[in-house]
Amino acid sequence: MIKVDHIWKSFDHQTVLKDISVEFEKGKINLIIGQSGSGKTVLLKSIVGLLDIDKGEILFEDIVYSKLNFKKKKEIRKKIGMLFQGSALFDSSTVEENVIYPLNMFTNMSYEEKRERANFCLNRVNILNANHLYPSEISGGMQKRVAIARAIALNPEYLFCDEPDSGLDPITTLRINNLIKEITEEFNTITIVNTHDMNSVMEFGEKIIFIHMGQKWWEGTNKDILHSENEKLNDFVFANHMAKRVKQMKLI
Amino acid sequence: MQFFYHFGKYFILLTKVFSKPEKSRIYYNQTLKELINLGVNSIGIVIIISAFTGAVITLQTAYNTENPFYPRYLIGLMARDTIILEFSSTMVGLILAGKIGSSIASEIGTMRITEQIDALEIMGVNSASYLILPKIIASVLFNPLLTMISIAVGVFGGWIAGTATGVVSSEDYIYGIQFAFIPFYVTYALIKTVFYAFIITSVSSYYGYFVRGGALEVGRSSTKAVVYSCILILLCDVILTQLILS
Repeated sequence: MIKVDHIWKSFDHQTVLKDISVEFEKGKINLIIGQSGSGKTVLLKSIVGLLDIDKGEILFEDIVYSKLNFKKKKEIRKKIGMLFQGSALFDSSTVEENVIYPLNMFTNMSYEEKRERANFCLNRVNILNANHLYPSEISGGMQKRVAIARAIALNPEYLFCDEPDSGLDPITTLRINNLIKEITEEFNTITIVNTHDMNSVMEFGEKIIFIHMGQKWWEGTNKDILHSENEKLNDFVFANHMAKRVKQMKLI
Repeated sequence: MQFFYHFGKYFILLTKVFSKPEKSRIYYNQTLKELINLGVNSIGIVIIISAFTGAVITLQTAYNTENPFYPRYLIGLMARDTIILEFSSTMVGLILAGKIGSSIASEIGTMRITEQIDALEIMGVNSASYLILPKIIASVLFNPLLTMISIAVGVFGGWIAGTATGVVSSEDYIYGIQFAFIPFYVTYALIKTVFYAFIITSVSSYYGYFVRGGALEVGRSSTKAVVYSCILILLCDVILTQLILS
């Protein structure tokens, strides 16, 4: 379990996260939703420790992760896989080298074992015959899948995805979402996903928290979201005309 | 205040850079890559600039010392000392600040804005050490060799220009470059080069590592990296000259 306990975060006197508390559960896809600029990415980066929080605590199981020094954080970070918004693949490395990278850094596997593991991870995300291509030579959807393959190379216990669907068409988005769901179940990870894609919310939101202006505004499941009376949440979820009509007509 | 802020942040970064590497073998491979990237790939520009500047120094010396009381071999001597003492260390340092400094700042800066550095951190890798230390080691090891090449090519360029234009005979020039030679001047040039290599790589890495924003900011940080590296090289030149030659 990952527990976020009353955290605050500011940048240059501007408070971005205000007193957020939430618990994320194992084997489930936990979604963080909210408008652009609401603080979703800051929350995700604070949880993984890329940003230092001002107040509060972040616990991984029983360990107060936010108070650990760099050396101790490293031990937990080895159990974290993260998919970044822009994939964050290493430009100067091939697809295979990208997946092998964490194995090189943190295992004593032989070269053959590392290649075998990399190929297993690439096959798992349906990347075939692209091992020697560079990130610039593959599509955005493939880049995301390679990033997932790199994230699962070390069998992570925690999987974080920052807007995995950004810049992708609806079909590729669905494929990526399915993949994240499968990996969550297969590896029994605690998966936290930042998104503002409503299809993802309705399809996979086993636990959802809605962030508005840096505060946790609502918490529930994809089933609860349809019947919520929370005005801000409804404005966000049913933002477009068609969705509003559907909600009014109670078609869902 | 801004100066102290950057100064402190720069030294905090250096402490991260010089912390114990995760896996020495990976760092060794990275250093070899950087030796080629930053060192071997700079040989061409160093040769071209040194040859032409050596030629110009010789011609300028010849045309400005046209006096029957000055022996002609002085042209070779003055060209040699100018090349060793200042050109091949400081001028080449400034040129490399432009070439490799901007390359380092934009490479690391792009990695920062595309979240590749965040990806390294999430994996538990000390990104500062992994990205910057091999560059510093490669430059500190290879730049003295570039300086030696520059000295040799500069002196040779001067001989070609001097003899081709007839401002100095081959015998006078060769006698001049051997006359009253102080080997310590080469050591002095190499010591300066090591300091410059450290300044160029660490300052450029600093500006790349802490860039925020997008492509425009990467460009700005690259410019800043070159400007501040050049200023620090010149400042270091003054200090080292006073300390070593006084």
